[in-house]
Amino acid sequence: MLFGKNGRKDDLVVRRARVLDPTEGLDTVCDVRVDGGTIAELGTSLDANGHRVIDGAGLVLAPAFVDPHVHLRVPGREDEETLASGTAAAAAGGYCVILAMPNTDPVVDSAAVLGSLIEDAQSQAEIPVGFLAAITRGQEGAELTEMAELADQGAAGFTDDGRPVVAPGLMRRALQYHGITGRRLALHCEEPTLSGSGQMHEGTVSAELGFTGYPSVAESLMVERDLSLAAYEGQPLHLLHLSARESVAALRSAQAEGVVATGEVTPHHLCLTDEAVRTLDPNLKMNPPLRSEQDRAALVEGLRDGTIGAVATDHAPHARHEKEVPFEAAPFGVTGLETAFSALYTNLVEPGQLPLETLLERMSAGPARIYGLEPPRIAVGAPANLVLLDTAATWRVDEGGFRSRSANSWLLGQTLEGRVRMTVAAGKVVYEA
Amino acid sequence: MGDIHVMREEFLPPKPPPRRHLISVGDLTRDDVERLLATARSFSRSLEREVKKLPTLRGYTVVNVFYESSTRTSSSFELAAKRLSADTMSIKAAGSSVDKGESLKDTALTLGAYDPDVIVIRHPQIGAPQLVARYTAAHIVNAGDGKHQHPTQALLDLYTIREHVGPLDGLHVAIVGDVLHSRVARSNIQALTLMGATVTLVGPPPLIPRGIEAMGCEVSHEIGAIAAADVVYVLRMQRERMQEGANYVPSLREYTARWGVTPERLRPGQKVMHPGPMNRGVEIDPVVADAADALIETQVRAGLVVRMAVLYDLLTTGPVPVKTPEPLEVA
Repeated sequence: MLFGKNGRKDDLVVRRARVLDPTEGLDTVCDVRVDGGTIAELGTSLDANGHRVIDGAGLVLAPAFVDPHVHLRVPGREDEETLASGTAAAAAGGYCVILAMPNTDPVVDSAAVLGSLIEDAQSQAEIPVGFLAAITRGQEGAELTEMAELADQGAAGFTDDGRPVVAPGLMRRALQYHGITGRRLALHCEEPTLSGSGQMHEGTVSAELGFTGYPSVAESLMVERDLSLAAYEGQPLHLLHLSARESVAALRSAQAEGVVATGEVTPHHLCLTDEAVRTLDPNLKMNPPLRSEQDRAALVEGLRDGTIGAVATDHAPHARHEKEVPFEAAPFGVTGLETAFSALYTNLVEPGQLPLETLLERMSAGPARIYGLEPPRIAVGAPANLVLLDTAATWRVDEGGFRSRSANSWLLGQTLEGRVRMTVAAGKVVYEA
Repeated sequence: MGDIHVMREEFLPPKPPPRRHLISVGDLTRDDVERLLATARSFSRSLEREVKKLPTLRGYTVVNVFYESSTRTSSSFELAAKRLSADTMSIKAAGSSVDKGESLKDTALTLGAYDPDVIVIRHPQIGAPQLVARYTAAHIVNAGDGKHQHPTQALLDLYTIREHVGPLDGLHVAIVGDVLHSRVARSNIQALTLMGATVTLVGPPPLIPRGIEAMGCEVSHEIGAIAAADVVYVLRMQRERMQEGANYVPSLREYTARWGVTPERLRPGQKVMHPGPMNRGVEIDPVVADAADALIETQVRAGLVVRMAVLYDLLTTGPVPVKTPEPLEVA
């Protein structure tokens, strides 16, 4: 299900870092030794064994991150991102695994397209990548894809992300059929007759600016429909990029009733509200849109209490000229791989809205479990998937500093706290700063 | 990171005054509005002379760029610039490079290469004037951007009311009709409330945007609510913005029957305004449009002097910056 370059496996010792793995219940200052890409020993004053030694004093060593929602733009828009640039950006953000969305050109809806992506990943991807395939052919919402064959080929899950599955009857068939694959169905919840040509959250800011509103109920109505269908069919599902407090409430009550439903939230929805759109900056235009402060607070609370199990960047690179237009003409989407941890550390952990341990869990083991992936962990015998974090560092987000081919970040020019110093993915050092 | 030495303000060289634009009524202070209206009034006296042209802006260049059709706004900006002796150039999207797919950024860079002093822009998309401001060194005047803002319309409406109705403070204005699609309504709500007037919006629920009360106005869905107003401001039913099947109202017939401004629905002495162009017989009864209490032609006349005042104010660095610059961040 995960594909990347089969490269070297590194030997190293990280000394005296605060080793923090919430899943393993680990929070202690010690040394960690990696032999041939596998965690070999945890302890104090470990023998270097001739390995490279990293001084981790004052830093946090945690399981590396998993991003369940990335637009790699291949095939079709290699000017915006490539497998090489997207995975390098992910490595710089502390990620050891990313999942790519299938809304490409052509759409990943056949074994042939998926097969060629997997082949490319094996020669180009800096970190392991999983590929989701479409639910419907061409993401047109009419006919199911050949899910069994796609799963056999290595699809990590199924989604029509970017578009909803509009017809309830088809959604029901997808829920019924996808069960044979054992892979997750991930849903973009949007009722198109309510979102219409909406540009931003419908509320006091859209009323004042004159933008066509995209109301919360356009998302939450679809969330409620899909949760009802999942309950009826007894099938699991995953809700992509939640934005509205009503959606969080619906997910929480479905979970309480025993529906196997999970959710994810983006850093921008956790940090910003529709007030930010007053600047008319096209890098604040995304689907779903930034919502109210009550919505933002409900998303943070959902992430904290575990209703929402994962942080997902929804990294959506766009060519510069496509965003250098009036807000209404700009495409939806912002980048996020290289800034996710720092943005959330600065805006949620530092002000005391979310414990660091919770953030680390929701960025790593949380998303891995949703898609049935082996959670990264710091334990003897586990493959080394590690991120070294400097929570005391500050840095400025500059257009020239990205490894991504695109720079449509909502954080341009901002100074953030907390920085990724090193990433180890599948036993290999893939990033150092 | 190198050391940062922060110098005391008095040791720094004086900063050039910030480049001033008129993009949104929201950027104006009450003092700015008072100054602009006073300037407009002094220009109105100059127009009573036999020779109407003033030498004030000789040597300046004003470029009008209109991406949407317009009669009164484009003609009044052009005439305003000419009355002040500025050189003018008008560009319409149809027949220009825009037809060939040129982006707004490239059009702005092209026009900027001629070093115009003012660019007046109308564009169907919200935020177009800000974008042009980013890529040229000209002062930008927003002549309408999508459903967002039309600040000179609001200023000319304030001018009209003050000259022909009375003081704005404590005045009650009812704005009737399609508020949802109206940049005129948004600019006027801000301008009127800034000057101390009370605003009531009246119209069918789907055409009143959710959350608009936060701008400091009242909302009613009953046409009877106009009875209490000193001024009834009628908005155009923007048929070109009504998407097929959007069902904002079932029919124009039903709209007119329920919300049309007719003689029976007005009190004697209530003044009626309309930004034009009117749909006679839809949002406004022809009898109302032609009655003595209608200020519609007065508004057009006010448009000329107010736009003269805006151009004059931007180019002669008035005493108060229209927008205060962002504070510098030291990282």
